[in-house]
Amino acid sequence: MTLRASLSTAHGLAVSDLTVSYNRIPALHHIAFEVGCGQCVALLGPNGAGKSTLLKALAGLLPRETGRIAFHGREVQGATQDFAYLPQREAIDWDFPTTVHGLVEMGRYLRVGWWRGYGREDEKAVDEAIAAMHLGPLAQRQISALSGGQQQRAFLARALAQQAHVFLLDEPFTGLDKPTQDNLKQLLRELRDQGKLIIASHHDLASVRELFDQAILLNGELIAAGSVGEVFTDANLRKTYDTPTFAGPAPQEHQHHHGPAHH
Amino acid sequence: MDWLTEPFQHEFMRRVLVGGALIGFTNGFLGAFVVLRRLALMADSLSHSLLPGLAIGWILAGGLVPSALFGGALFAALTVALGAQLLARSSRLKEDTALGILYTVAFSVGIVLIGLFKVRVSLMHWLFGNILGLSNTDLWMIWGISLVVVPLLAALQRPLLLTLFDPTVAASQGIRVNLLNFVLMTCLVLTMIASLQAVGVIMLLGLLIAPAATVYLLCDSYPAMLWGGGLIGMFGSCVGLLLSYRLDLPSGACIVLVLGAIFFAAYLFSPRYGLVRRLRRARHFHEESLARWPGGDGGKSA
Repeated sequence: MTLRASLSTAHGLAVSDLTVSYNRIPALHHIAFEVGCGQCVALLGPNGAGKSTLLKALAGLLPRETGRIAFHGREVQGATQDFAYLPQREAIDWDFPTTVHGLVEMGRYLRVGWWRGYGREDEKAVDEAIAAMHLGPLAQRQISALSGGQQQRAFLARALAQQAHVFLLDEPFTGLDKPTQDNLKQLLRELRDQGKLIIASHHDLASVRELFDQAILLNGELIAAGSVGEVFTDANLRKTYDTPTFAGPAPQEHQHHHGPAHH
Repeated sequence: MDWLTEPFQHEFMRRVLVGGALIGFTNGFLGAFVVLRRLALMADSLSHSLLPGLAIGWILAGGLVPSALFGGALFAALTVALGAQLLARSSRLKEDTALGILYTVAFSVGIVLIGLFKVRVSLMHWLFGNILGLSNTDLWMIWGISLVVVPLLAALQRPLLLTLFDPTVAASQGIRVNLLNFVLMTCLVLTMIASLQAVGVIMLLGLLIAPAATVYLLCDSYPAMLWGGGLIGMFGSCVGLLLSYRLDLPSGACIVLVLGAIFFAAYLFSPRYGLVRRLRRARHFHEESLARWPGGDGGKSA
């Protein structure tokens, strides 16, 4: 079930026939979906279902075996500045000598190019992004001296300064306490209301309805994609979480993945 | 004052100091990339790999021919660097192990070649540096390499920063990460060849990473690591060379000792990340924490 309904690809992201493999074992198999801009989309599925793989493939970090990705009706080939990928927190060297301001500035460097000076316009974009993510008082802090939620916001601010339209987030809500989670939810909604498309992998099924508008259910194959009300059903969840993930045809130990559908 | 100014009256010593300052700056500038990319082992391997290259250059040219030595050193270092990648990718070995094996083998090949072919150069000079042997050709090479490496890396500092911070994301944004890495590595090898005469194969690594490591302990700014590293490297080299001249000691060791002293001073006394500061800050902020509640007593009275 793909979401082909009334959406025009001119105002969103359209993925068709996307296959990504590791060592010839497909992690994502002929995935197709469409989402409009101005949405918060949850990427759901058990570990190994290809959530991170899909995010990385969208960001152009992984080679596609087959498939096309179109944004605003234009085909996306490899790297693009319209997409911003926010890696999982463990992937970052927090001791890197940079402040929040310096980090957000990095978002501008691609726009600026090599030679052109870093201008007033860039400085303004950086300041606006910092203000939008409520990081003003922390702008001169080194990035390891931030809390988990602040670190997320710093990377969101970098994506904003980059003028990205699609935000690809890998488990952004993991490890955040309730107030921080609410705060991030609020900020993501603000981005959504500005017409940004937010796609985030997520594993806490209890909070899906509260945090997201749309959901994509994955288990190597696409199980369902559409509005949370439509596709976030017990039947779909069982289909997503009760099937072992595919790790090649070789005989191997049976894996269990438990979703709340059991409980 | 005479102690300090007298060396400058010799034309030779002025030349040595100019060369030392240039090498110091270029190494210090490059060091930031090595420290942030955690390439210290790679850099050490490359510097040791220069030895067999020098020996081969000497043997093929039949003497101390600068172009042959240069070509041999470049060839040997790139062979070890690319060979390690090949070894790591074609087996289950990690790159640090592959590098460790390859560079010690290469170094041994160098020692053996020097022995077998009776290379009539003091091995000590190649290992520990002898700036007193600095010829005009060497000085021109130092100028040439510094004037290529520093402007090139300064021009590339934004894409390099993105690559250093997060290579996968940088690649997704259209930065040619592999090309940048190759440029960086080539700059590294060129700078090492330029520095060989002054500090020697063994001590190269210290000159390269001590200045950047010092700035890393002092502040949180990437441009400061580049330019500050360059300035510290330049200062340390000049002071080291003066000491070496005055005390008649090997120049490489003097330079690295001065840079080491600066580094340890930063390690101990850095206002932000120094050991002394860390130990002194080890009190708990009970009052400050309690002050968050009205009444300042953690809300116990409420």
